[in-house]
Order: sequence, then structure tokens, then C-alpha cells
Amino acid sequence: MEQKLKTDFDKFISTSNFSNQEIKLKKEALDNFLKNGFPSRKLENWKFSDINQIIQKNIGELTFYNDYNIENEINDEIFIKEIEHNKIVIVNGKVEQLSFEYEESDKINLTTLDNFNQNPNDDNSLLSLNNSFSNKIHNILVKKNYSFKKPLIIYQITNEKVSKTNINFQLNLDLEENSSIKIINVSDDNSEKNFINNLFNFNLGKNAILKNYKIDKKSNTNIKYDYSSITQKGNSISETFIFSSGSDYIKNEVSCNLEGQYSSAFINGIHLLSKNKHHEIRTNTNHSYENTKSYQLIKSVIDDSSKSVYQGKIYVDSKAQKTDGYQLSKAVLLNEQAEFNAKPELEIYADDVKCSHGSASGSLDENSIFYLMSRGLDQKTAKKLLINGFLLDVVEKITDEEIKKLIKKMIGLN
Amino acid sequence: MRDKQIEDLKDYKYGFSTDIESFKAPKGLNEDVIRFISNIKKEPDWLLQWRLKAFERLKVLKEPNWQKPKYPKIDYQDLYYYSAPKSFKKKPKNLEDLDPKLLETYKKLGIPLQEQKRLNGIAVDAVFDSVSVATTFKDTLTEKGIIFCSISEAIQKYPDLVKKYLGSVIPITDHFFATLNSAVFTDGSFVYIPPNVKCPMELSTYFRINASDTGQFERTLIIADKGSYVSYLEGCTAPMRDENQLHAANVELIALDDAEIKYSTVQNWYPGDKDGKGGIYNFVTKRGLCKGKNSKISWTQVETGSAITWKYPSCILKGDNSIGEFYSIAITNNHQKADTGTKMIHLGKNTKSKIISKGISAGKSDMTYRGLVDISKNASNSTNYTQCDSLLMGNKCGAHTVPYIKNKNSNSNIAHEATTSKISEDQLHYCQQRGLNQEEAVGLIVNGFCKEVLQQLPMEFAVEAQKLVGISLEGSVG
Repeated sequence: MEQKLKTDFDKFISTSNFSNQEIKLKKEALDNFLKNGFPSRKLENWKFSDINQIIQKNIGELTFYNDYNIENEINDEIFIKEIEHNKIVIVNGKVEQLSFEYEESDKINLTTLDNFNQNPNDDNSLLSLNNSFSNKIHNILVKKNYSFKKPLIIYQITNEKVSKTNINFQLNLDLEENSSIKIINVSDDNSEKNFINNLFNFNLGKNAILKNYKIDKKSNTNIKYDYSSITQKGNSISETFIFSSGSDYIKNEVSCNLEGQYSSAFINGIHLLSKNKHHEIRTNTNHSYENTKSYQLIKSVIDDSSKSVYQGKIYVDSKAQKTDGYQLSKAVLLNEQAEFNAKPELEIYADDVKCSHGSASGSLDENSIFYLMSRGLDQKTAKKLLINGFLLDVVEKITDEEIKKLIKKMIGLN
Repeated sequence: MRDKQIEDLKDYKYGFSTDIESFKAPKGLNEDVIRFISNIKKEPDWLLQWRLKAFERLKVLKEPNWQKPKYPKIDYQDLYYYSAPKSFKKKPKNLEDLDPKLLETYKKLGIPLQEQKRLNGIAVDAVFDSVSVATTFKDTLTEKGIIFCSISEAIQKYPDLVKKYLGSVIPITDHFFATLNSAVFTDGSFVYIPPNVKCPMELSTYFRINASDTGQFERTLIIADKGSYVSYLEGCTAPMRDENQLHAANVELIALDDAEIKYSTVQNWYPGDKDGKGGIYNFVTKRGLCKGKNSKISWTQVETGSAITWKYPSCILKGDNSIGEFYSIAITNNHQKADTGTKMIHLGKNTKSKIISKGISAGKSDMTYRGLVDISKNASNSTNYTQCDSLLMGNKCGAHTVPYIKNKNSNSNIAHEATTSKISEDQLHYCQQRGLNQEEAVGLIVNGFCKEVLQQLPMEFAVEAQKLVGISLEGSVG
């Protein structure tokens, strides 16, 4: 694999036009990845989902070279008609369209980054891989006091031109003081057996609000890793919603750093799994200031021989007194072969805090099914109704009414 | 009066060391030392081979390093692996033959070693450094067919039982410290309860590390045959020394059909001084196997001592309808560190487990609950309930909860809850208003916090444990 990585990297650099600074950073990132390789179960964070093994088993040999010079056609039909929105269209890791037609152009600054953050923790070599092979990194800056008028929908499309390829994508979003944005991230995969590695960096200034909704519905055989890093200043709010169902394998990782007083982070997620899908959500909330708040609610419905994993960590620094942290994960196993693994973790160094977590897993409540059946529903409908209610709980947490309605329609819950 | 009592208890009360000439194996860990230990204990050849096999395995094993409390590297070649009071080269036949100094030591420790202290009604097997000193109440137990003796004696007298069960729960190929113990274990207790016998009294072991530079590696093996019941207590102390001492014991419990074992520990090893110097490294492997149907194993622990406590008393629920329970209070103060919890491995059908863990950290200490609940594919209709609460006193300490939950069976339920908080101002205010001073109020609240676990201890121990909880937290308020 090492040889393949090196030749693909050379080919990639020679066919793109990066600055010397970028090439230097990319080389460093590659060296770091070469040193560590794909994460395996030996690392604590990857204990339940050995991505090295999963790639080996499902894809085999990966191509790391991805031709960003190819022009891709965009099919208008995939765009969401229900609401007016700004869009970013990404095809096979390349940004094909950026349109902010509903916004005031002087309030948004679009640039590409010359200088990107090197992966600070060796634990996660996938970030290094992303840094070394991703195309030009787009940076969106939302200026002070500006709120987006319409949501931004990010379409992440893959087409049949790529197969057994590693696709890396990275996006930066800076929200200045008092600004706000709503993002819906929709995947539309028409490709097979690729490894897709996404990295999103969000920087929230004081009083900024980020609402980020991720939808993975369309069934496909790709393997995905999606990392969102959210840094929050005082009084800012971040809301993340994850619906993960379509791909064969996804690990969604959300890391929130609460670095200002009264900042808060909400992460809610749904796993709706069947066949032999294997999905994981890992959340990491770092409370490093006083009076910060975080809340996580993750629910899984697991059928056939699928597997759901939730790893959540609440870290409270000794400075972060008056922290309020709550974490709840629930799972319903519908089949003998289904599996649920969880590791809800608390690491606390301050005494005046209120932190708790709960985790429960099991089958659907027999009494509830019986009740519904005694009222004339057949067993299948009764079960479906219960599952619907179980999952709706999470969807109802979405704070934007318009988007909530849209998402309910998209994922077929009502 | 009470103040004086507290003053007396403030410092580690068991910190004396007894001046007894001891007989040691040469320093270091090698085949010769293992042969030496085996030889001096007149062990049969199969056991020596077993030890050597463990030692072979040890050579390729690495010390684990995933735990939260880190410690300086231990030089295993710089330890004595066998230390016995000199007068022990020939084992004493009865209590009168014992070195009077030893008896005095145990008196200081408050162990009713002499049978005249019959009132307590607890049969004690005391382990001093590496050697089991005396076992009391032998006659009463023998009547019922109960075997309660040191493991060395059991190896001589009941080799079949030992051979059958030794290493059956903790195999010699287990992790580093368990394997180290298998290679060099020196003594420990052995209990066998015959079918349908309910052990009439609490059985108890008292461990004490006396000699410096020694590690204590004892091995306890408890077998409850069909339909039997036993309650077993374990207490530990060590003298104050500046250097850290290693304690790596193995405890194996086996419960056959319809049997029940209750294992309680009050661990009060020397925790090191206020600046974190010295103290015991308590790296113990405890594991119980519910082998038969309807069997039950319950662990209760009160962990207040040791510089580092690192242990996970576990239950393997193999038999159908078997039950595993774990009740724990862990208290860390000053620079103490603890990483403790349990593993509940559900293999049989209709198995149940319950985990109640209470962690209290004060001073600059650090406490971690780490636990595993694993329900396998075949363990249908199994349930687990876990509750772990942590209490923090001050913002220089840490409390962490790291549960691993694995559910592979759709008919089984797992519920887990954890909270972390401090003593509420309201509660303190209420108590103080009624005339308690702050320390008393904290003591009262903490005792209430721990009550669920304390209730599980046998009566005599519960009182002691309750006191211990108070002492461990002295000076941590305000």
C-alpha cells in the first residue's frame, strides 16, 4: 500500500496546481499517514469499528489518485425543490458549483485556503490522509451580524466514474460574531465501493449559531468517514443532527470544543440500519469553560445482521465549573443477528457540575405491541408505529420548523 | 473524645512494621526463583511445570498500558518473590507454636486470630508477606466437610481439587499480572464447600505485606459445589514505606449448580503519604465463574487504600439462570488513583447481572469506573442494570466513567445510568443547621451515598467499612 500511496501522491501533485507551501504541508501529512496507516481496533477510538479491516474486506486495494480535472455533469433533478436554498455541489470530492444566490454577496467571503491545520492528534490518521489528498480547501466566511436568509444545502455526489477510490474532501466555515447559518448535507451516491473521507471545520465566533443537518439515506456500498470539528466561542450554539442509514459503513465523528462561557452544543443522531450495515457515531464534547452545556441523544434501530455503535465522551476541564452535560443512547434490536455496542464516557475534573449519561438497549416492548394489536393493528403495523415514535423523538429535537418538515419527508418519518 | 479518636485514626493506623527476621528467595525473576519457590513449598511436579509454562508465556507478554493511572516502570528483577518469617521454615502446627511477635502484629491489626475470640465467629486465614500463617476454627469447619486452608496445604492434601480448578477461570495465558502471579504465587487461601452445605460462618483472609521490596502474589481459589453457600471476607493492610510495593493477586471463584458465593473485600493497603510518596500498587485479578445452573456470585468491595488500585472483579455467567452482582465503593484522596469496575459476561440463558458502583474522589486524586457488559448471542432473556455514581470534592480531583456495552442479543436488555455531581449545598446546609459540623455533615451524606453498597457487607465488616469511609475522607473538606 505504501508504494501505491507514494505513486498516487506524485501523480496527484503533478496533475494539480498547488503552491509550494501546500505541497510541503501535503507531503508532511502523507508522511504522517504513512507512519500510522489506517486506524485499526488497536486504537481505543476504533475498537468497535476496525476501518482498516473493513476497507480490506469490502474494497481491497484502494486507489488514492482522484482526478480533479474531470468535468462532471450535474443532474438538476437531485436538487431539493421544497425549499429555496443556496447550494454547494460536490462531485467525487471536487466542488463543481458554489452558489449563494439568496445572500448578500458582500457579507460572505469565499476563498481557498493555502494553509491548513496539520492533524494535531496522531490518533486519527484519516485526517492526515485527508490533508494530503484533498483538493483545494474552500473557506466560507460569514461576516459579523449576518444571518443566512436561506439554508445552505451541500450536495455530496459520487458518480460511476469512481470505483475503489479514496475520495477526500475538506471544507472550512468561519462564523463571525453574531452570524448564523443553517446547513443541510445530503449525500447522493451512485458509485460503488469507495472510501469517502470528509472533514468539516466549523469556527463559531461569539453569539454565532450553526445548525448542521446530515442526511445519508440513499442505499450504497461506499465506506465513509465523516469528521466535524466545531470550535465555539462564548454564547454560541451548535446543533448537529445526523441521520445515518444508507451507506454500508459510516463513522460520523463530531467533536465540539466549548471555549467560551454559555456556549452550548447539541448533537442528535439516528441509526436506522438493516442488512449488514455497520454505522458508528462518536461524539466528543470538551467543556473547557464555565457554564457550558452539551446534550446528546442518539437512537438506533437495528435490523438483520447490522451493527450500531455509539461512543460518546464528555470531558470537563477543572476550570469548567457549572457544566451541564447530558448524554442518552437507546437502541432497539429487531433481529437475533443485530448488535449494539456503546461506550458512553465521562471524564470530569470539576466538582460543581451536573453530568449524567444513560444507555439502554433491548427489544421492542412486548406490552406496547400487545396494546396496539388489541386495538386492531396487525403486528407489523404495530411494530412500525412504535419504531416511528421511537425515532421521531430525535427528529423533533430539530429546532428549525421548515427544515424539520423537510427532513421528516426526506427520511419518511411522520 | 471523638476528636481524639479521629486524631488517632488520621494517620494510617496499620503503618507499623514488625521486626521479624524473614527468609527470602534471591531477588529477581527467573526460572531458578520459580524452582526455588516450588521446591521450598514441596510442590508436585505438575505445578512446577505449570508455573514454568506461565513464566514462558510471561516472557512474550507486555505490561498493559491502557489504564488511566500511569505509574513508573516496575523493575521486576529488583523484587523479592518469596519472603517468609524465618521461624516458618518448618510450618507451625498450632497457634502456640507461632512467633509471639506475629501474634502481636495480628492483635494490632485487630484480627481475631486466637480462638478465644470466638465471639466474632469468623474463621480467619492470615497471610503474612508470602506465607499463610494460621487458619482458625479448623475443627468446626472440618465437621461440615468444609476445606478452608492455605493453598500450599491444599496442594499437598487435596491435589485433585486444586489441579482441576486452578487456572480454570484465570488461565495462565491471561494478561501480564495474572500470568506473573501464576508463575510466582506463594500462598493464599483455598476454600471448598461440599454439596448442599451452607457454610456456618464467615470465612476470612487477612493479607499483610511486611518485608520491604517484596511483592505479594497470593492466589485464592474458592469452589462452591452444588447447592452450597459461602460468604468470604478479605481484608488488607501494609506498613508505611517510602517505596511502592506491588500486590498482584489472583482470585478465582467457581460456583457449580445452585451454589452461591459472596465475596467481600475491605481493602485498606497503605495509600502513600500526603504527597503521594510510597503506597501499594494493587493490581489484582479477580474473576468468578458461574459454572452451573442457578448459581450466583456477588462481589462487594470497599476500596479505600493503595496508591493505585487497578482491578475489575468479574463474573462469567455461563450457567443458565445464573446471577452476577457487583457492589463497589471506591474512595480516593490525596494522590491516590483508582481504575476499577467490573466485567459481566453473559453466556447462558436468562442470566442477570447488577452493577452498583459509587466513586468518591477528593484531594488531588483520580478515579475511574471502567466496566464491561457483554451479552452474547446465545444469552437470550438476559438483563443487566448498571448504576455508577461519582462524587467529587474539590476541583483538583477527577472522576471518570468508561462503560463498555455490547449487546448481541435482541431479547436481552441493558440499562446503564451514571451521574457525577458534588455534595449539594442544600444537603450540607440542612445538616449543619441541625448542629452537625461540616465534617460530620459530609460524613453523614457520604455514608448515605454509599449505603446501597454498605448494606451488602456482612455486619461486622459493614461497621468497620463505614468508619473507614469516614477516615479516608478526613481533611478533604473545606
